[in-house]
Amino acid sequence: MANDILIEARRVTRILPGIVPTTLVRNVDLAIRENEFVAITGPSGSGKSSLLYLLGLLDLPTDGEVTIRGKGTVHMAEEERAFLRLSELGFVFQFHFLLPEFTAQENVMLPMRALARLSREQMRARAADLLDSLGLAEHRHKRPDQLSGGQRQRVAVARALANDPPVILADEPTGSLDSKSSEQVFQILRDLVIGRGKTVVAVTHDLALAERMSRRVHLVDGMVQADELAKVSMS
Amino acid sequence: MNLVLDIAWTHVRTRARQTAFAIAGVATGVGFSIMMAALMEGSQDDFMRQLIDALPHITVSDDHRNPPRQPAETVYAAAEIHGLTPETRRKGIKNPLAIMGALEAWLPGAVAPSVQTKGILRYASRDVPVTITGIDPLREPKVSQLATQMRQGALTSLYRTSNAMILGDRLADKIGARVGSNITVQTSAGARLNAQVVGMSHTGIRAVDESTSYVLLKTGQIIEQQTGLVNEMRIRVRDPLRAREIAARVEEETGYKSVSWQEAHEDLLSSFVIRNIIMYTVVGAILLVASFGTYNIISTITHEKARDIAIMRSLGLSERMVRSIFVVEAMLIGIAGGLAGFVLGYLLCLGLGSIEIKSPFMDMNHLPLAYNSGHYAIAMGVALASSLAAGYMPARKAARVHPVDIIRGAT
Repeated sequence: MANDILIEARRVTRILPGIVPTTLVRNVDLAIRENEFVAITGPSGSGKSSLLYLLGLLDLPTDGEVTIRGKGTVHMAEEERAFLRLSELGFVFQFHFLLPEFTAQENVMLPMRALARLSREQMRARAADLLDSLGLAEHRHKRPDQLSGGQRQRVAVARALANDPPVILADEPTGSLDSKSSEQVFQILRDLVIGRGKTVVAVTHDLALAERMSRRVHLVDGMVQADELAKVSMS
Repeated sequence: MNLVLDIAWTHVRTRARQTAFAIAGVATGVGFSIMMAALMEGSQDDFMRQLIDALPHITVSDDHRNPPRQPAETVYAAAEIHGLTPETRRKGIKNPLAIMGALEAWLPGAVAPSVQTKGILRYASRDVPVTITGIDPLREPKVSQLATQMRQGALTSLYRTSNAMILGDRLADKIGARVGSNITVQTSAGARLNAQVVGMSHTGIRAVDESTSYVLLKTGQIIEQQTGLVNEMRIRVRDPLRAREIAARVEEETGYKSVSWQEAHEDLLSSFVIRNIIMYTVVGAILLVASFGTYNIISTITHEKARDIAIMRSLGLSERMVRSIFVVEAMLIGIAGGLAGFVLGYLLCLGLGSIEIKSPFMDMNHLPLAYNSGHYAIAMGVALASSLAAGYMPARKAARVHPVDIIRGAT
């Protein structure tokens, strides 16, 4: 159905300018629908992260269009694109990228404060709830350097969920974690799709994890080589 | 706390040492600017005060700004006159009492008549050229500070004896005269007067104190050998800064040359303008140098925080918001530096003001300082403006960072 497409890439190409221009993504057509758990896979340099950044409005395509709920974004003002990132998208990166001077709770509150839709008390309560739901209740007031790698990544997930965006974009979210933490984070992302009805698009090298997602988009040389739905049910 | 302010505050707080150095830089700039402005304006005010206090605000003399027009010049449109000997004019202002009465009707101040003459003062075989001013002791306090500048005796002492005379204290020292000494005055016209010293005055201006003496108006007229002569009227106005316009009106009404204190000291006043330009240039330069410290720390923070900036931008914080963070950081440094500079500046002023100086050329024994809130406001304003400029440039660059470039390279 056309109305359940959240993000759509239409013939998107991204070329890095330079003496020898590099094509990162070439003529990609991709529609991300509500409540999907999409894995973007492919070998190194295949354009997985570049495609994710284009879908997340962090980068502009050289050609083509990226739409959010059917609305073109390429010709939007930067302020508008920033607002869409803040309200419609949540990001989780390979490295947690938490602000080191702030506590876990303050980091989670950051996007809420930037959006300024809730009162300070409501923000604090929501940040606490999110951290509690990710098993970080007793770590709320710790700074990132006082947390383990897995805990930091869970704080990053909580931050991505702060403004309750419909889509979470994750770039190698388990790439820097040990297997136990990796599984924990994967389960959290999976629960977001199953339990909270979110859409998660995750770039991963880990084919075993990708196999457990609802849809797999395989890139080679910046082009979609395969786009297949899971043979097994996620639930 | 507002998000921008919160992040900015956290950045500067967590770099305490660097921030402290930047604040110290701004504080030094602001402090020394305040001190310098206080010193420059203080010395200027002191000088002006002495000038205004020591001399009449307006002097009307028995002179004209332009020579009288010749009949030929009146009749013909163009006339060239050669070898003309100016007409001998009777000295003094005509109808001085009537003129004074007319002036007093509208003048915002007071007027007093005087007779000025030059002569040689002789005492103990010493001859010293002096200016002898004949004054009215009852009117004089209204036009000058002479009454309060008396070191010995009083203006009314001039009534105590016939031919009484008040000497400038340096003049008295020079000839060795004291109160009660009998001295002789000889004018160029040949008049000779035996006078008794009844008091000493001290204006603080060396040139005046070394060469001025005062007698009764009537005694001055005797020395000038002309009864009823008044060759100078001295005016003191309530607002000395209006002296120039009042002098112009007096001149228009009386026809006599009226010179305001500003006109008499035009060269000095224009030198103050140059002094002020130099002062504000130096103050600006000091604060500009201080702003380099602010620029340095904001640049360092933006460089160190490149990853945080990228992540904030990727989360959806706008360019404007990120830019504001670093501008606010610069402003925090500017405000803290400015406030610390206020304290430093005030302490420097107190310190300078407490230094005792002894100079034969100055009457004061402490440096004159002007405590003016305007100096603080200007220094803070310039400090904030330079901090804003110093913070804006790196902030603009930081806000324009392409988050993907940083995120890709991050480990």
